[in-house]
Amino acid sequence: MRSSPVREVTPAQATEMIAQGATLLDTREQHEWRAGHLEGATLVPPVEVLNRAADVAPDPSQPVVIYCAGGTRSLRAAFQMASLGYRDVVSVAGGIVRWKAEGRPVEIPSDTPAVATNPRYARHLVMPEVGPDGQARLQQAKVLFIGAGGLGSPALLYLAAAGVGTLGIVDFDVVDLSNLQRQVVHADDRVGMKKTESAARTIKALNPEVKVIQHEEMLTDENVDRLIAGYDVVIDGTDTFETRYTLNDAAVRAAIPVVHASVFRFEGQLSVFVPFEGPCYRCLYPTSPPPELAPGCSVAGVLGVVPGVMGLLQATEAIKVILRIGDPLIGRLLIWDALDGNFSEVKLRRDPNCPACGQTAVLEPTLAAAG
Amino acid sequence: MTSVRIPPVLREHVDGQKEVGAMGETVGELIRDLVARHPGLGEQLLTPDGGLHRFVNVYVNGQDVRYLQEFETPVTERDAVIILPAMAGGA
Repeated sequence: MRSSPVREVTPAQATEMIAQGATLLDTREQHEWRAGHLEGATLVPPVEVLNRAADVAPDPSQPVVIYCAGGTRSLRAAFQMASLGYRDVVSVAGGIVRWKAEGRPVEIPSDTPAVATNPRYARHLVMPEVGPDGQARLQQAKVLFIGAGGLGSPALLYLAAAGVGTLGIVDFDVVDLSNLQRQVVHADDRVGMKKTESAARTIKALNPEVKVIQHEEMLTDENVDRLIAGYDVVIDGTDTFETRYTLNDAAVRAAIPVVHASVFRFEGQLSVFVPFEGPCYRCLYPTSPPPELAPGCSVAGVLGVVPGVMGLLQATEAIKVILRIGDPLIGRLLIWDALDGNFSEVKLRRDPNCPACGQTAVLEPTLAAAG
Repeated sequence: MTSVRIPPVLREHVDGQKEVGAMGETVGELIRDLVARHPGLGEQLLTPDGGLHRFVNVYVNGQDVRYLQEFETPVTERDAVIILPAMAGGA
């Protein structure tokens, strides 16, 4: 007679017990199950073990094999079942991670998206907020970047790495040596190359599964509606007020969320403009300052990492919007002071008289000219 | 004296300071005193008729004064006042 009814076994020993008829239980969450499970297993999430044990393993005298991802939850479940009177309960040490590492087969549910088995996204797939369905949503998403510059560079890299299926890039510029202090999607040997092409090469090298659409155009009132059509989210990484208003007004017309950021020297600002759900850029600033009162980065300078941080926050917000998780910065303006090391936030409201999204707004492309 | 946070783009007008003090019982008084102390801010913040430019927002404790009582919004020494003009830089 064994001293304890609970043991830990190797995948090989578990395989033998399963072949001899042991009951096989998977004690993980639904999203983990959907990414792949052992053949013949029954899913019993950790919180259901005590309640469902009698249903899934009616005879306490028969052996039960339990596994989870790494072997911790399954060991706890084994002790729970022992407390219910089961006499031979084993936990697979190392769990399904070790099982797969040993090259043993797993079964994928037929309705699981194909991306769920892609090891590239393993760290996403184990998180309940992403999981197979969230990863599939990222894969189906189309994100448009206005500008492959200081803000766009880090956001492009991380959204490509995250597996966003389609990345559009609007930029008519070529890579300049002075860009490389912060525009990390480009490279020294690409000075003079079109930024869209340079970015596309870097993205392809990082994640060839991502489709890149190159729009070698300057965003204008004439082409903006065509350029943003069909995209789910727009990342605003432009550096002029004209373009920001042009984009804002078109995004409101098309009801496409814009993740907005701007930088100046050691400071960055960020917000998410979801048309008609929160304020738009014109609610925040109805008009732009005259050029002499608002110097751009080329005149005033910017610490290279500042657009890096803000661009990554834009990428983060875009993922939150696509996956519909967390609290996107809708109606909130985040302000980061790099020198103070301080984040602060102010509240933004929809302006009922906003010329773009207010009650009396006229959704005409001519608005931007008045910006 | 109420402390007013000055954004980077306007710091050249206040000797590079991040925060400066100004007196006033309302936002309007505070801004006018601020401009009296730092005349370079005048054109940046105020229209010729003394109103706030539409490309400049003033927040008291995180709330836009346009949705409080605008220049009549009361302030005390304990309130956090932030001036935030539009900035476009993205490159």
